[in-house]
Amino acid sequence: MIARLTDGVSRRALVLLGLALAAALVAPLFAGDYLLTVLILIFYFAYVGQAWNIMMGFAGQLSLGHALYVGLGAYTAAALYVHFGVGPWIGLLVAVPLAALAGAFIGFLAFRFRVGGVYFAILTIAVAEFARVGFDHLSWTAGSSGLFLPVKQYAHNDLWLLRGSPAMFYYVLLTATVLAFIGCRALLKSRIGYFWLAIREDEQAARAAGIDTFRYKMAAVVISAAMTSFAGVIYAFYYNNLFPEQVFHISRSIEIILGPIVGGVGTLFGPILGAFILTGLAETLTGAMAMLGIDLPGAKQVFYGICLLLVIMALPDGVWPWLARRIGLKERGE
Amino acid sequence: MPLDIYLNVAVAGVLTGLVYGLMALGLSVIFGVVRVVNFAHGEMMTIAMYIAVTLFSAFHLDPLVMMVPIAAVLFAFGYVLQKGFINPFITRPEHSQFLLLVAVAIVIVNVLLIVYGPDAQNVQTSYAYDSFQIGPLIVDATKAYAGLAAIVVAAALFAFFQYSTVGTAIRACADNYTGALVVGLDVKHLYALTFGLGAACVGAAGTILLLIFDVTPAAGPAYTLLAFVIVITGGLGSMPGALIGGVMIGLTEAMAGLLFTPSAKSMFSFGILVLVLLFRPQGIMGKRAA
Amino acid sequence: MSALITVDNISKRFRGLVAVDRLSFEVAQGSMFAVIGPNGAGKTTVFNMIAGVFAPDNGSITFAGERIDGLPLDRVCRRGVGRTFQIVRPFPALTVEDNVIVGALLHRSHVKDAQAHTREILRRLDLYDKRGQRASALTLPDRKRLEVARALATDPRLLLLDEVMAGLRPTETDRMVAILKELNRETGLTILLIEHVMRAVMALASRILVLHHGAAIAEGEPSAVVRDPAVIHSYLGAEDIA
Repeated sequence: MIARLTDGVSRRALVLLGLALAAALVAPLFAGDYLLTVLILIFYFAYVGQAWNIMMGFAGQLSLGHALYVGLGAYTAAALYVHFGVGPWIGLLVAVPLAALAGAFIGFLAFRFRVGGVYFAILTIAVAEFARVGFDHLSWTAGSSGLFLPVKQYAHNDLWLLRGSPAMFYYVLLTATVLAFIGCRALLKSRIGYFWLAIREDEQAARAAGIDTFRYKMAAVVISAAMTSFAGVIYAFYYNNLFPEQVFHISRSIEIILGPIVGGVGTLFGPILGAFILTGLAETLTGAMAMLGIDLPGAKQVFYGICLLLVIMALPDGVWPWLARRIGLKERGE
Repeated sequence: MPLDIYLNVAVAGVLTGLVYGLMALGLSVIFGVVRVVNFAHGEMMTIAMYIAVTLFSAFHLDPLVMMVPIAAVLFAFGYVLQKGFINPFITRPEHSQFLLLVAVAIVIVNVLLIVYGPDAQNVQTSYAYDSFQIGPLIVDATKAYAGLAAIVVAAALFAFFQYSTVGTAIRACADNYTGALVVGLDVKHLYALTFGLGAACVGAAGTILLLIFDVTPAAGPAYTLLAFVIVITGGLGSMPGALIGGVMIGLTEAMAGLLFTPSAKSMFSFGILVLVLLFRPQGIMGKRAA
Repeated sequence: MSALITVDNISKRFRGLVAVDRLSFEVAQGSMFAVIGPNGAGKTTVFNMIAGVFAPDNGSITFAGERIDGLPLDRVCRRGVGRTFQIVRPFPALTVEDNVIVGALLHRSHVKDAQAHTREILRRLDLYDKRGQRASALTLPDRKRLEVARALATDPRLLLLDEVMAGLRPTETDRMVAILKELNRETGLTILLIEHVMRAVMALASRILVLHHGAAIAEGEPSAVVRDPAVIHSYLGAEDIA
């Protein structure tokens, strides 16, 4: 099993991976409260970025509405907990299929009716916006006034109900990120991965090679949606409050995809690296602003925007392909 | 409810929709020629709105007077943006272009936030509370002027593309990029001009829209979305389609606000968008690709 | 010999323009069959109807005893019809090997098996040494062979070749001809080719069909067809019979 996992990975890459994982595992022992919340955010984005990357980076389907799946996961699990006391892991059994179904719905409509490219991207935004306004008026989830999970001081971490310290959430998200990474790699190196790349590169030629593109595009959307909704469940139990205006907002969808694009679309490490770069950048800017005594709302985002501009102009394929060459690693499918 | 209420709301919706249409026209022109989706479109419109707010509070200039100079400023902005930033990206994949323009949008929203603060601002014209009575209809003066102004600007743009040499050259670029290069057209310059014209459209639209709505820095993304909905409904790249789409969406939102609740009105426009995407993906006025 | 594919009375109109007009022909199992004709004769339209790009307006196409007309592209391929594109379309960002593995995975579920099959095909097509290169970095002749390799990897019973010789130099054409002949001889693969390069057609085809204005004007053995006055008049007369 281990041998299969590491199949085709250079020794150098293995050592680097091992060091990174070890550092991530011990990080909570050394990190203060603030740094820990930043790391939680990083792994949250690393995880959802990977999920989005399956759809765009592997199968070439640009989704600009991934907040939909985060929101569906978050709201389903939270509502089940608030109304029926159902814990998040059981809630997952409802939340994940629901998000997968939403993905299948969008995919089915788009791929059956041949909605592609920019139009597909805008369809994904439209459905997410539709959900945002819809949840604003859904009384079962408290509409626009927000759904709140009961918060108490917990003596110990309850992993089963996801009630506890930030360190617990950190490890949950770290595990999710690592598993997603392993999963993505396995997918990319399997039959479906080859078919996705073929579809991404040239859909017509892929069909001529016998690939049932509808089926594999559907698979990409459904897998991506299902994975993303898991992050939504964690989101709900970590933040303990949900507002449609925030959870489903287009800026949430944009946040999700900035990481993978900056890191390198279609690469395995891109989404993780992108999450570190962007969250790191945002937090560094916050710190710098505070140190310089600049208390100007918006100033941080202006710098953030400028940095994004510089990165995309200097490294249009993302940072990872460039970095991988620098440190002597190469990745298939980049 | 008596019938004339519906009529009044419908007319108001159509007039607002014309201004929306002008905004979307800018997006459609840019996409039709440069083939780039301007994800910073609404944000560019808020720039125009804020310039108008500033000029109004400083010199008490009527938005309708400021429309042309502000459009000129936005033209310059669009020209520089295309030539300096977007041009290297026109052959890059959509997600790259998207990131670039999202970055531009983030910068715009937050620069406006720093300069003007988060609160809504507007202009109080002398005719803000005037209205015209036509039979049973009562039409707000601001909306009537706004709708008219939008038609005038759109007509000027149509005329430009139809009758001027530069307009014809731009249309040639859109039809056949390689052909345009072969006959020696300066495509880079024409693309920048087009982006400038699209920006000028949205500049004029923003200035006019200020007669009807307040402006906040955060309004930008919502306008960008609205512009998407409109151009896809009308047909991405089609100029009459943008105006018709604008009117349709303006009307839909007004009626949905009246019949249901104003906060749910965008659901109806998104609903229309989804239906159009599925059953007439080229849009109402668009031509089906071969 | 029995027919692997039977085209029966198919027609196709585009906006009133008749591209293919009541065309019938058969390709025998294990043979090499060429369709020639001037530009605009409807060759690519015939090809596209067989490959499933679009359905004929009427008539039928029977492959290995089953109707395939109107089936979508990918299902036609899964039935055993591999195709190349006139303008080559490899997956540009993938390596040569990965391009072919995509095809080989059609009837194999494990990447390892597909890879073994791929390497065999790459050797046959002189691409083995270039297997690690990105397809976008290949020269035109290599890309043409990559197209053939990808189509072959899907284990077709019938290989449709759309002008694979176009743009190749004579030596490269000869090499391609040799490869195809070898394939046909060793694996019994049936090949249907659309071709302009008469040098290749004469060397490969056991039967030739000549299309003109969407209709067949001649069909038969190569040596007989090239002497047919109608063929010389409408097509060959203007060209150099190499």
